[in-house]
Amino acid sequence: MATSDPDLIDVVAGPIDVAGLQGAVRRNSSGAVASFVGVVRDEHQGVRVHHLVYEAYPPMAQREMRRIAAEARAQWPIDAIALVHRVGRLEIGEASVAIVVAAPHRREALEACAFAIEKLKREVPIWKKEYSADGAAWVIGDPSRS
Amino acid sequence: MTITVKLFASYRELLGEEEILLDLEEGACVGDALSLLKLRFPVLVDQGYSPLTACNLEHVSKRHALRDGDELAIFPPVSGG
Repeated sequence: MATSDPDLIDVVAGPIDVAGLQGAVRRNSSGAVASFVGVVRDEHQGVRVHHLVYEAYPPMAQREMRRIAAEARAQWPIDAIALVHRVGRLEIGEASVAIVVAAPHRREALEACAFAIEKLKREVPIWKKEYSADGAAWVIGDPSRS
Repeated sequence: MTITVKLFASYRELLGEEEILLDLEEGACVGDALSLLKLRFPVLVDQGYSPLTACNLEHVSKRHALRDGDELAIFPPVSGG
């Protein structure tokens, strides 16, 4: 990563340090730090979920996440943005993804954060497999949104 | 020419491979590569969804022209988050 690039983009195999990201994106010009943390829940379409396994195409995922950060930066005057997704096996309650945005004011921080998670879910090459009492199945995204 | 095909998620499991080397005629496009893979791996047909494709880390359409040494990724609609 270029040292001039303030954004934090990563695909990680271990727990996401959300507090660390919140500290890392904050600048002295920041009046707001907005965070979205996606966590594994115990139910999907009426089926009890035991755990999830996430898989990524890491070099392309990082490239797409960097593009989303650049698009957010082009639309809102933000100080810095972090996009981090976890892969591997995740248990109920563990964080799978974190988006953290620092900006001078809350409105742009919140809007850029919402924009980034929606884009990530539609466009970044990451997939999840659900393990439930019914067995294991890949969750197939909506192709019209990719 | 020879390209490297990388398979992800359901496609990786269906084919039992993460990576396949594929020999193609000069001038072949992504759609040609998919047709050849479906001949070799009939399980790829009728998955109920179409594969998405990326060449050298960029989303591409089925008409994208391939070149020797390209990395073609094949994956289902994404479901991260």
